[in-house]
Amino acid sequence: MNTLSHDNHGLRLFVRYLVLTLIAAIFVFPLVFMVMSSLKPSQQLLIDSGSLRAFLPVGDISLNNYTMAFDRAPVALFVANSLFITGTTVILSLFVCSLAGFSIAILSWRGKAFVLSAILATLTVPFETIAVPLLLMSSKLPWIGMDGLEVGWLNSYRVQIIPFIADGLTIFLFVQYFRDIPSDLVEAARAEGASWSQVYSKVLMPLSGPIIATAAILKFLVMYNQYLWPLMVVQEEGYRPVLVGLQYFFQLNTAWGEIMAYLSMITVPVLVFYLFLQRAFIASIASTGVKG
Amino acid sequence: MAQQKSLTQSNVSGWAFALPGFGLMVAFIILPFFFAIWFSLTNQRLISPNPPSFMGLSNYVDLLSIGTIVLEPERDATGAVIRDNAGDITYPRLRNFTRNNPDYPHLQGMREWFGWQTGPNDELRRVILAKDVVFMRALKNTFTFVIIVAPLQAGLALMLALLINQKLRGINVYRAIYFMPVVISIVVVAFLWRLIYDGNNGLLNNILGALSFGWFEPVDWLGQPSTALGSIIAMSIWQAVGFHMVIWLSGLQTISPTLYEAAELEGSSKWQTFRYVTWPGLRNTAVLILIVITMQAFGLFAQVDVMTNGGPLDSTQTIVFQAIERGYGKQDISGGSAISVILFLIVLSISMIQRYLTRERNT
Amino acid sequence: MKHFKLTTGALLLSTALANSAFAATELAMWYHGAGNEVESAIINQIITDFNNSQSDYTIALESFPQGAYNDAVQAAALAGNLPDIIDVDGPVMPGWAWAGYIAPLPIDEAEFADFLPGTKGIWNGTLYSIGLWDAAVALYARQSTLDELGLRKPTLDAPWTKDEFMAALDAAKASGKYDYALDLGTAWTGEWFPYAFSPFLQSFGGDMIDRASYSTAEGALNGDAALEFGAWWQGLFTGGYAQATQDGADRDTGFNTSKYAFSWNGNWAAIPTLEQVNDVVFLPAPDLGNGSKIGAASWQFGVTTTSKHPDGAAAFIKFATQDKYLAAFSDGIGLIPSTASAAAMTKNYSSGGALEVFYGLSEAQALVRPVTPGYAVVAKVFEKALADIANGADVADTLDAAVDEIDADIAKNNGYSK
Repeated sequence: MNTLSHDNHGLRLFVRYLVLTLIAAIFVFPLVFMVMSSLKPSQQLLIDSGSLRAFLPVGDISLNNYTMAFDRAPVALFVANSLFITGTTVILSLFVCSLAGFSIAILSWRGKAFVLSAILATLTVPFETIAVPLLLMSSKLPWIGMDGLEVGWLNSYRVQIIPFIADGLTIFLFVQYFRDIPSDLVEAARAEGASWSQVYSKVLMPLSGPIIATAAILKFLVMYNQYLWPLMVVQEEGYRPVLVGLQYFFQLNTAWGEIMAYLSMITVPVLVFYLFLQRAFIASIASTGVKG
Repeated sequence: MAQQKSLTQSNVSGWAFALPGFGLMVAFIILPFFFAIWFSLTNQRLISPNPPSFMGLSNYVDLLSIGTIVLEPERDATGAVIRDNAGDITYPRLRNFTRNNPDYPHLQGMREWFGWQTGPNDELRRVILAKDVVFMRALKNTFTFVIIVAPLQAGLALMLALLINQKLRGINVYRAIYFMPVVISIVVVAFLWRLIYDGNNGLLNNILGALSFGWFEPVDWLGQPSTALGSIIAMSIWQAVGFHMVIWLSGLQTISPTLYEAAELEGSSKWQTFRYVTWPGLRNTAVLILIVITMQAFGLFAQVDVMTNGGPLDSTQTIVFQAIERGYGKQDISGGSAISVILFLIVLSISMIQRYLTRERNT
Repeated sequence: MKHFKLTTGALLLSTALANSAFAATELAMWYHGAGNEVESAIINQIITDFNNSQSDYTIALESFPQGAYNDAVQAAALAGNLPDIIDVDGPVMPGWAWAGYIAPLPIDEAEFADFLPGTKGIWNGTLYSIGLWDAAVALYARQSTLDELGLRKPTLDAPWTKDEFMAALDAAKASGKYDYALDLGTAWTGEWFPYAFSPFLQSFGGDMIDRASYSTAEGALNGDAALEFGAWWQGLFTGGYAQATQDGADRDTGFNTSKYAFSWNGNWAAIPTLEQVNDVVFLPAPDLGNGSKIGAASWQFGVTTTSKHPDGAAAFIKFATQDKYLAAFSDGIGLIPSTASAAAMTKNYSSGGALEVFYGLSEAQALVRPVTPGYAVVAKVFEKALADIANGADVADTLDAAVDEIDADIAKNNGYSK
C-alpha cells in the first residue's frame, strides 16, 4: 500500500494515529472493563459498571477475586486441559487439513469434485445437530490403551480431540490459498524430479505461513471454546475444559468479581497464542514475499 | 487448466493425501449427519423409554405449514363496521377459527404470522397463519442477520485491513488490539455485552448519555423487540470483524509490491490503485470471506443464548437457537434435527448460488 | 501433560489402596454442587462419615456445576454411563424415572413419614427420590415499609387478598421511593419461572396442565382462570410495578439497596438479606382467589436402574437423610430441613429462628410442580408464554399456543405412558 508521502506528513501522521487509536478504543473497552472489574469486589464492580470508573483501577483494588476463584474451582487444571486439547488438535488439524487441501488444489484425481462438494457441504452442519449421534458413536468406539482393547471413548482427551481434527473450513482455507500459488513453482519442482510429498513439504508449506497462522487461530478459538461436547462426553472433573469450568462460577448470589477474574484468566492464553502467531506470521511474510 | 491436467493427474496420490482428512470427516461429521437426517424422519426423543418410530415428513410439515384466511370485520345490526375506541376495525378473534372449528380443519393450531388490510375500503383483513410461528420468525431473523452482517462485516473488515496495512511504527500493536475481541470466547463476549447493553445502569447508556450531555434517553437495548436484534448484530460484527480483517490482510500481503510500483509509476490515484490492482488481487479472498461470514452468520446462536433467549417477543429467535432449544431444551431430537436439515438445505443452496455466480465471473 | 501424569499416578495409588482394603465395593455418585464450597464440604463430610461407618461400600463422588448437571446426566444416560447414585431436581424426577434412569427407591416410604411432602419424589404412587431439604418462596419486605405505607402484615392464616396485594403495590409505587414496587426476579430465566410463578396461576385457579389426567393443558392453562391470571400478570408490567427484563445484579442486590419495595425470592437468599436488612420480614404469598400457593421440591437423591448395588446406594441415602445432615445443609446453605426434628436442631429454622416462617410456608402452602415426565416441555413452554405476556403479547393467543405445544408434545410421546 501507499506509505508515507513526501510532504506535510507531520499532521497526516497525527490524524492517522488518531483514527487508529479511536478504533482501537472501540475494540478494547469491554476487555479493559473485564480486567478492571476482576480487581474489584462484586458490590463495587456493579456500581462502577455504570460509569467511566468501570475502566479504571480505582477503589478497593486487590487480587482477592483471583484467590477466591482458585479456591472455588481447579482453574489451572481447566486451563491446562483446554490448552492440551486445543494444542494437540490444532497441530494435527494443520497437518491433516493442509494435506487434503494440497490434494484438492494441486492434484487431479477421480472423485475430487465429489469430495470437495462433500467437504464444503459439511460447513453448513451445525455441530449441535450431530452431537447426539456422535455421542452414541463415541460411547461404542474401540481404543487400544494401556490395558489393551477398551470400548468407549467417554472421559478421555481423545474424545475431545479426534472428532475435531478434520473440518471443512480449515481444508477450504488451504484449498483457496494453494490455488493462488503460481503453478510454475510446482511444475518446476516436478521437473526436477520432486515427489508429490516433496512438493507439499518443500515447496508449498514453506510458502504457507499466513494461512497456517490464520487456520491455527481459527481452530484454536473453536477448540478453546468447546462447551456442549465436553459436557456430554466428560463426566470426570479431571478432563473438563475452561468453559465447562465457567459454570462453577454461576451460583445463587453470583460472584461477579470472581467471574471477571476467571474470564480474564482464561483469556490470557489465547492472547499469548495470538501474539506469538502474529510474530511468526509477520516473519513468514517478510521472509517469503514471493507470492503473486 | 486443461494442459496442466496430465501433469497433475494422480489418482493414487490424490486420494492418499486427501484420505486422512476426508476419512475423519466422513466418520465424525458426515456419518453422524446422516443419523440426524434419519432422526428428523422419526419421533426420536432425547429422553424416552419408547423406541422411535418412523414419522415420514411430519416434523417438516409441522415446521413449515402455512395457511391463510380473510377476516370479515365485525358488524353491528345495521351492517356497519364496528370500530374500537381507537377507530380501528374490529375482527373476530382468530382462535375462533384455529381452535376446534370443524369448518376450518386446515387451520387447526395455527397462529397469526402477519397480515394486511384488503378488499373494498380496506375493510377485510388477510392473515397469513403458520403452524410454527416461532420458527417462521426464526427464519426471518436469521435471514435479516445474514443480509446485514455479511456485507457490513466484510466491508468493515476490508477497511480495517487497508488501514492496518500501512507501514507505520507500532502498527502491529493496533493490529493486535483490533484482533482482541476475536480471541475471546463468544460466550464471554456476549456476557460482557449484556452488562454493557443493560437498560438501567449499562455502560453504553452512560457513555451515550455523557457524550450527548444528558440529552440521550437510556434504552433497554436487549429488552425491546425493536432494538434487540440490532444490538446483537452490532455486537457480533464488533466481535468478528478482526478475524476477517486478518484474512483480508493475508490476501493483501499476497499482492506483489511490483504491481503497486507500476501503478505509482503510471500515476494512478489511490482509488484507481485499489480498483485495478488491489481488488482484482483479492478475488479468492473475497469469495472465501463471503462464504465464511455467511456460514458463521447462519449459525448465530451463542449471542442469543446468553443475551436474550430468543426474546423479547421472538425478536431474536434464530434457526440454530430453535434447533437447540427443541432438541435439547424440549428434548425433541427429531424436531431439532429437522430444523438443522432445513438449515443445511438453505445454506447449501445459497453456497451453490454463490459458487455459480463467482464461477461465471472467472471465465 | 502434567495433569495426565498426575491422574495416572492417582489412579495407581487408588487401585493400590482399593486392593489393600479389599472388601469394600465402590459406588459412584454424582452431585450438582461443584463450585459451591460450603455445599461440597458438607456432602464430602457425609461421604467420609458413611465410608468410615461400615466396610461394605465406599462412595466415590463426582461433582458437576449445577448449570451443566442435567445435560451431563442425560448425555451419560444416552451413552449408558450413569453412576449408582444421582441427585435429581424434584420436577425433573418423573422424566428420569419414566425414561428408566432411576429406579424406585429401595427404601420403605414409611422411613420418611415425618418428611415434608415436597421432599418426597413420588410418581405414579411410587417413591423414587428423597430430598434432604426443601425450598420455599416468600414475599420479602421491610417492616418499616409496611409501617410507612400503612399496610397490614399478612400471616399464614390471613394472607393478603389480591386486592390487598395490589393496594400494597400501588402504595409502594405512589410513595415514589422505589424504582419498582415489586422484584419478581425475571432476571432468573429458566426453572425460576415455572417454580416461582406457576403458583400465582394456581392461586387464580388455573394450572400448567390438567393434573387429573396429565393428558392435556386445555382448560387449565387457557381457561377463564388462566386468562384472568394472564391479564393480571401482564398488568404487573404494563402498570409499571415490575420489570419484564431485569439485570442479574439488580436481582441480587436490588431489594437490599431499596430499589424495590417487595421481592419475590427464595429462602436461599434470606441469610444474605438478613445480614444487610435488619427489619426484613418474609411474607406469605398473596391469595389471588384460590388460596396461597408456593412451589415445592428441590434436589433429591435417587438410585439409578443401572446400579449393580442398589442396596449399597440405598444404605447411603438412608445414612445421608439423618437429621444431623439435614441440619448441616440447612445451617450451611440456608435450606429448609426436611423434618421438624432436624429443623429444631438448626439455628435458623428452630423455634424463634430467623427463617422459621419458611418451614411453615413449606408445610402449609407448598404445591409440587406437575408430576409428569412431560414437565421438561411444560416448564419451557410456560416460561416462554410468561415472558411473552410480560412483554406485551396477547394473553389468550399466547396461552392457546402454549396449550397446543404442550398437547402436541404429549401426543408425540404417546401420552407419556410406558
